[in-house]
Amino acid sequence: MRNAIFFLIGIFFGIVMTKSEAISWFRIHEMFRFESFHMYGIIGTAVVLGALIVGAMKRFDIRTIDGVSVTYTPMKLSIKRHLLAGSIFGLGWALIGACPGPMYVMLGHGYWIFLVVIASALLGTFTYGLVKDRLPH
Amino acid sequence: MGSDFVALISQPWHWAVSGVAIALITFFMTWLGRSFGVSTTFRNVCTALGADKVSDFFNVDLKDEAWRMLFVAGAIVGGYIASRYLASPEPVAISQKTIAHLKDWGIIYPEGQGFLPESIFNLGNLKGIVLAIIGGFLVGFGARYGDGCTSGHAITGLSHLQLPSLITVIGFFIGGLLMTHVIMPIIFG
Repeated sequence: MRNAIFFLIGIFFGIVMTKSEAISWFRIHEMFRFESFHMYGIIGTAVVLGALIVGAMKRFDIRTIDGVSVTYTPMKLSIKRHLLAGSIFGLGWALIGACPGPMYVMLGHGYWIFLVVIASALLGTFTYGLVKDRLPH
Repeated sequence: MGSDFVALISQPWHWAVSGVAIALITFFMTWLGRSFGVSTTFRNVCTALGADKVSDFFNVDLKDEAWRMLFVAGAIVGGYIASRYLASPEPVAISQKTIAHLKDWGIIYPEGQGFLPESIFNLGNLKGIVLAIIGGFLVGFGARYGDGCTSGHAITGLSHLQLPSLITVIGFFIGGLLMTHVIMPIIFG
């Protein structure tokens, strides 16, 4: 039952997102107004440390629990697609002040409006599946 | 001692502590051989609801995705535990500048814990519901189009030094700045 571990990591994630205040609409708004270092500090620390950890695992061949070397399947580089997709995502992120992880965490807090947000995110995902062949990739 | 520990972690965390905690999640996900990303759960739910019948995009073996669904189930429980047992004594300490600016929009800070402008975003407010629908749709669509969200690109992708992830994150900021400085003043101003 290794999958149970992911449930526990999820619980930790929910607590971390809450105590870091990354779930706060106000923190996201403040970030996009450049009025506090808080969110930049969190993301910066997480990325620098994450890159060091992942880099060390690759460099010293520290393998996964299954004895497999750490790899990443690169995505095709398409500046147009990723800028466009990222911008669409960013418009929504700034408006509702939550990206997908925090959406679930906010639901756990009992902010029921996130039922609507998540339902609509599902609709957005579904719509992408329908129109993806007509979009630049 | 147990209650001391609870009191300690119930304080708002310093950004560095939070960053280290997220990096710890990156490590565990990598060590467990998984590529951490949350928005893929939306695709999985679509598949479970039968979207694979209308688009090949949703042809996924959900058995391989059980771990991710358990992760977000845990995230919901974690949110509940944090709100019930680890709530901070004070609302989120956002900057005075942000508080003053929000006042111009008629949002009087703090509201509750400082997690959400509940006066707008509640199920009894039509404007809030419409904004929730628009915001959720954009996040869901954009995440799939870019093949990842904040966790998949900003955390996992950047940790693997991926250029497509960096470009996506730049996109997050283009969209976020446009919404915050151009569109939201029209909606709330």
